[in-house]
Amino acid sequence: MERSAIRQWFERLDYLDIVLWLFRVVLIVGIVWGTVVTLRSGKYPTETWLKFLVFGLAQGSLYALIALGYTLVYGVLLMINFAHGEFFMSGIFTATVFIAIPMGQSGFTDQHPILALGIISVVAMAVSVGIAVLTERVAYRPLRRAPRLVPLITAIGASFFWQYFFRGLYGSGITAFPDVALLKGTWIIGGIELLKSQVIVIIASVLLLIGLYIFVKRTKIGKAIRAVSENKDIAALMGIDVDRAITITFAVGAAMAGAAGVLYALMYRQVAFMMGFFPGIKAFTAAVLGGIGSVPGAAIGGLLLGVFEAVGPNLFLEGVGITAPYQLKDVIAFSMMVLILLVRPQGIMGEPLAEKKA
Amino acid sequence: MTMTMETETRFNWREIVQLGLLAGIIALSLCAIGIVGTFGGVDVIGGVFTVGHVFLFGATMGCAYLAAQRNGGGRAGQTLVGGLVLGLLSSLPVALLTVAAEPINLRRFLLNVSPELLEIVAFGQEVRALGALILMAVASVLGLVGSGFYLMPPRTRKPVFAGLTMVLLIGLLAETIILAWGNQGLGLAIRRVVFARRGLSILGAALVFLIVAGLNAWWGSRGEQIKGRVNALPPGQQRNVRWGGIALGILVMLFLPVLLRTYLTEVIDNVGIYILMGLGLNIVVGLAGLLDLGYVAFFAIGAYVMGVLTSYGELGIAGMSFWAALPIAVGAAVVAGVILGIPVLRMRGDYLAIVTMGFGEIIRILAISDWLAPAIGGAQGVLLIPKIPVVGLEGGLVSPERLYYMILAGCLLAFFVSWRLRDSRLGRQWMALREDEDVAEAMGINLTKVKLLAFAIGAGFSGLAGAIFATKIGSVFPHSFQLLVSVNVLSLIIVGGIGSFPGVVVGALLLVGLPELLREFAEYRMLMYGALLIIMMLVRPEGFWPSEVRKRELYADENGPSPSGGENIVEPV
Repeated sequence: MERSAIRQWFERLDYLDIVLWLFRVVLIVGIVWGTVVTLRSGKYPTETWLKFLVFGLAQGSLYALIALGYTLVYGVLLMINFAHGEFFMSGIFTATVFIAIPMGQSGFTDQHPILALGIISVVAMAVSVGIAVLTERVAYRPLRRAPRLVPLITAIGASFFWQYFFRGLYGSGITAFPDVALLKGTWIIGGIELLKSQVIVIIASVLLLIGLYIFVKRTKIGKAIRAVSENKDIAALMGIDVDRAITITFAVGAAMAGAAGVLYALMYRQVAFMMGFFPGIKAFTAAVLGGIGSVPGAAIGGLLLGVFEAVGPNLFLEGVGITAPYQLKDVIAFSMMVLILLVRPQGIMGEPLAEKKA
Repeated sequence: MTMTMETETRFNWREIVQLGLLAGIIALSLCAIGIVGTFGGVDVIGGVFTVGHVFLFGATMGCAYLAAQRNGGGRAGQTLVGGLVLGLLSSLPVALLTVAAEPINLRRFLLNVSPELLEIVAFGQEVRALGALILMAVASVLGLVGSGFYLMPPRTRKPVFAGLTMVLLIGLLAETIILAWGNQGLGLAIRRVVFARRGLSILGAALVFLIVAGLNAWWGSRGEQIKGRVNALPPGQQRNVRWGGIALGILVMLFLPVLLRTYLTEVIDNVGIYILMGLGLNIVVGLAGLLDLGYVAFFAIGAYVMGVLTSYGELGIAGMSFWAALPIAVGAAVVAGVILGIPVLRMRGDYLAIVTMGFGEIIRILAISDWLAPAIGGAQGVLLIPKIPVVGLEGGLVSPERLYYMILAGCLLAFFVSWRLRDSRLGRQWMALREDEDVAEAMGINLTKVKLLAFAIGAGFSGLAGAIFATKIGSVFPHSFQLLVSVNVLSLIIVGGIGSFPGVVVGALLLVGLPELLREFAEYRMLMYGALLIIMMLVRPEGFWPSEVRKRELYADENGPSPSGGENIVEPV
């Protein structure tokens, strides 16, 4: 009797669970240990950490803006739109080559900086939306009912296609984004010297995120998008034009990505054909972190990821004795993604996903 | 009267306009991103037309054919006029570019609107407007030809198409072919007749076209008969025919380096390494349905382990020979496959893809980092890796021709293993897993075990490829292990046909072999891969050489009951 109870317990015990738990524990202990050692060494003053933090928030708000596109599209199509990073790149790259550089050379930007930034933003967002709608129409729509691997592969193809398409158009080098005098220099806020561009990026992103949240929650089109992401067929029965709702979803996500592109250019002052790749993957990580399908989740996930990436290398890794830890910031981002998918696959804000979705 | 009215209205002019403009935009894009200009230097028929022209007018001809096909019922005259109009329309954007590019100095923005490009699109005319007129005339005629192509009976169309394709292919590869064979004896004699200074000669093109079209027409009329005769043979003799074919294939493979000479053998070696990786990934993606985008990680691990163990430079730790280090390199890749496989066991589809991609990038970033530089050299990599030693051969496998046999052996082994695995219990478990994980689990399949086995075996092949790659190059750099390698391998198995073993070979030859022969491709390789992935998924998701099972699955819906009824409610998974 007793023997069989023990045997049952052994049989039920999935050793995969044990291994996964060990994996989680090792990662978390490693992170905590590294943090404690670094903090005790007192190598960096508090001000440095705060600067890292603001930089992380600025970077994170960009991730958040891009992550919205992933989250919205995943919501309606259950598909990772691999090409989303390229929507981000295409808009600002085009706007830089055709608008920003000529305007910078002619002195227009210095005379009317606000107007110039407005024109650049409109062009960048329009191009991003155009590319997104075109991609959706040509590459994704015909495959709506195909097996799930098929649109994913198409999306990977679209990503590479657009990257190298724009490389062909504007060249493979890194193009400098002209300086905007208005955004140069620093502000002193609360006793800390902060780069103007970073502060502007954070404020603009927060405004855009709130705007999008209202759009999805309050407008009729937003309601249609939410209905389609609940259930396409029933939404169609309720008289919603599903194809149109999906196109609008892509367009809205791409508009946010286009805006993020402008902010990226203001912050890093350069654009290139491969600039969409890493921000794209990280924004996806942010979307997963926040809970894919959730708009506030994307915002929180993006900010958290940005901060972790900015603070992480020095905080977690330096204490463990790793040289040149800043080279490993991408490793931190990817490891975080794996950790989240292991510990809480539905993300911070997400509802538990049905097996089918995960 | 009413009859003509009806045919008039049935001919869809709107479609002509749409397709014409589409072709025009495609042609303009190809000009703007530089493909037309770059390939303008590659003559298909020396002095007559270049590959650049093929790209410039390809869309026009394709769309004209498509338009004719869609208007299938129309009269011949109407179809031809439609093609003419379509061709004219399609030339307008590029004609505009020809005239306007220089006055507004478009090159400020678009790097590739170069003088070379304008030279091609203006047909060498100094007066650009005249060039634009010639362009429009040529495009109109080609639109006409494209639609006329549709009007041909299929019996003529197929041989003509085959002949033209072969002329294009041989013209494209003329330089390589001349380099490999055209230097002495018979080769030199043939070269003088068939090839011009660049590309084919006119006579050569005509010869190639006639031979290929003739053979194609002959096979078209007699092929069925011959197949029928073989099928009518008694089973014993049929087997003999099949074994004869296999023996011939092996014989060709054994003597391939002799036939191909050094340069082409080198290319085939690279193709072979990708075949090896493709076969491995085919197990993971094709059989088990686990989309792995971090496959390059195992290639890197195999290469680095081989490098560190055998190198006689500073970073070498053991000074082992290739054969002693090989099991360790492959074993390390297998172990890595299992270790990276464990955390993703519970993930599916898209999540799996992006996490494995993350792993691939982590491995590359670690390889390039200063942290691990004392062990594996960081950005400088591991140098001085010896060649593969073989008893009785001085210096071991030094030349591409010798290395070819090592790669061939690896590929044959991988083929054998995958082939035996596919039809084994494990293979059928993988395929069940691919179709539906939940059902597979309910059927009593141990998901953990079969998934890890798929990752491990796939990783093993990749590690083997990496080990051979390390000795082939003689050094290992982190630069060789970018995400692009994973995408290349994935693309080639998709183009060949997911789950199909011969498909891997076809895919590798097309996607790895062809671009290596043409240096002009280098710049646009990824662009073409991207386009190819999309087009394949849209038009031919089963690949060029599909596995039978896969083909049946993809077209099951069309033959079976159509899902247009209540089934539509079910969400596609």
